[in-house]
Amino acid sequence: MASERLAIIATKGTLDWAYPPLILASTAASLGVETAIFFTFYGLNIIHKEKQKQLKISPVGNPGMPMAFPPSVKKTPIAGQLAGLMEAVFPGPPQIMGIIPGMTDFMTAMMKKTMKDHGVASVEELVELCKEADVKLIPCQMTMELFGYKYEDLIDGLEPPGGAATFINYVLEADKPMIIFT
Amino acid sequence: MASVTADKTLDTSGLNCPLPVLKTKKAIEELQSGQILEVISTDPGSKADIPAFCNRTGHELVETVEEGGKYIFYIKKK
Repeated sequence: MASERLAIIATKGTLDWAYPPLILASTAASLGVETAIFFTFYGLNIIHKEKQKQLKISPVGNPGMPMAFPPSVKKTPIAGQLAGLMEAVFPGPPQIMGIIPGMTDFMTAMMKKTMKDHGVASVEELVELCKEADVKLIPCQMTMELFGYKYEDLIDGLEPPGGAATFINYVLEADKPMIIFT
Repeated sequence: MASVTADKTLDTSGLNCPLPVLKTKKAIEELQSGQILEVISTDPGSKADIPAFCNRTGHELVETVEEGGKYIFYIKKK
């Protein structure tokens, strides 16, 4: 039995919230810690074949978002001018951007570009790295039923769907268990 | 200029957290015990993360060189 286990609960389905569980899990596994991620509620979208590709950053749900547009976007010719224009027309908090049609998609595209420029792996890449590192990816049975997701709607290589007891049992089997909620 | 000679070099230039650590883990698996892996990184986060990786996995961080915005680590496989 493992002496140390890390279990991460992924509950959010936006692009920015997909990163912390995947980064922590892949890294923990690389450091020799047995690791699992339990995907529940919107976190399931991270391992959903179609929805995984459509994860977006949500200005509406991010009241703490410090900036509407990343600095690198503002430096790019056309997108930068558009970003400047948007900020001039809507000088309020960035959440206001979320109600403008197309803005979430635009900001998501900009964020993805910025991430690529900074050598940050994509969500799909990180999920693959987790699988390679033997991170157990457990979809939540209850949420799957709630959302109407079939097991075959989810990506390959997952553990069988489990519930709260499966998860708690996994963690507490270890001498040194740790849970992170994201 | 490092005082140790590497058996293998891994260049993670341009990559950001967590990729330098993940790639280091994979690269070190291909070495024999006692061999030295040279890891080149441009991610400032790796300055703390690579030592943390070594501390955790038991591989020895023999030397660290910082030059021209690059961090170069020499890791001896345990």
